[in-house]
Amino acid sequence: MIPASFEYIRVDSTEQVIAGLAEYGDEAKILAGGMSLIPLMKLRLATPTVLLDAGRLDDLSYISDKGDYLALGALTRHRDLETSDLLAKECAVLRGVAAEVGDNQVRHRGTIGGSVAHGDPASDLPAVLVALEAEFVVEGPSGSRTLASANFFKGFLETELSETEMLTEIRVPKTGATNWSYHKFNRRAQDWAIVGALAFRAQDSSRVALVNMGSVPIRATAVEQALASGASHAEAADQAAVGTEAPEDSNASSAYREHLSRVLVKRALDEALV
Amino acid sequence: MKISISVNGDKQTHDVEPRTLLVQFLREQANLTGTKVGCDTSSCGACTVLVDGESAKSCTMFAAQADGSAVTTIEGLMTDGKFNRVQQSFQDEHGLQCGFCTAGMVMAAVSLLEEIPNPTESDVRIGLEGNLCRCTGYHNIVKAVMAAARVK
Repeated sequence: MIPASFEYIRVDSTEQVIAGLAEYGDEAKILAGGMSLIPLMKLRLATPTVLLDAGRLDDLSYISDKGDYLALGALTRHRDLETSDLLAKECAVLRGVAAEVGDNQVRHRGTIGGSVAHGDPASDLPAVLVALEAEFVVEGPSGSRTLASANFFKGFLETELSETEMLTEIRVPKTGATNWSYHKFNRRAQDWAIVGALAFRAQDSSRVALVNMGSVPIRATAVEQALASGASHAEAADQAAVGTEAPEDSNASSAYREHLSRVLVKRALDEALV
Repeated sequence: MKISISVNGDKQTHDVEPRTLLVQFLREQANLTGTKVGCDTSSCGACTVLVDGESAKSCTMFAAQADGSAVTTIEGLMTDGKFNRVQQSFQDEHGLQCGFCTAGMVMAAVSLLEEIPNPTESDVRIGLEGNLCRCTGYHNIVKAVMAAARVK
């Protein structure tokens, strides 16, 4: 399958990306690893007329310790996350879930920023970042702004990013979480999650997030509240589907996804909260 | 646009449309048809090649993204007419049936063994999750990769 024609521009700096977006507006898309965008273009579900290839902006590929938080460059690849010693020490859950994204070939090229900006509720990393209460730094024509992950995802493939902005950094507060569990239910090993359930204990609270249980990645707040008020894992997990709007597709009905969410949350709680 | 890719050590410079996929570049411009197009949706891994030493699905990459990079395909694994250890192990362990997935499996395994030189069987099975064999000959494929890992 061949994508529709486009103009290819390789950019060497964030400024060039911003300038390109200012010039071409919604005709342009930023190409990072391409693991989400290229399949959409091949299916002609996305037909940008300009691609700004940011794949060589190596200065946006880093994982740094900033004291209270970790800073991750938007172009940091999944492979770099899953092999990071710093993440092993400070944010094992992000490292571990990064290793669950797609397959080796995908993780060699896919980036955390690309995954976040794409805004697919079936992606693994956005849900982890929402549960970690991460912040996203975006650059635009009038400077930079920092957005809370809780408000960033707006709908299916829709985010707070405007057409003239680029996500440049992900900031992850240190939570002290060491125990975590992520259960991803799919048909083939490398597939997107039909439903995913994540649990870990932060310093002050138990955090639970769900993948593909709505149009955006979500916290399972009813589960978290039940745990906070002393419910057992089984009682808390029963609340997994409360307030969700699980999608319905060829893989699963909404009701089956709701069932899966309860089962997977229970398993994740049992593993993570010991 | 004009791009140059070092393919198996051989500099290949061609005029391409930006939308040319890396796998098309390899098969149609570089005339190296060992790399296969299977699903064409980045699921099956038949198109796996090494880009700067790491496995990538060449159906889900524009050739322009590999401009200036070094790409290794199945044709680039032999030295002095001899199979590389992974190719040899696939033959020895009967790690293929119809052979369509083989080039991609071998390239994925070469990359995996770079990253995990002494894998467990589970490492191999998980490491090859991006490659599908529709003959379902996984058992011998895994055996072949484990055998290759033992060849130092």
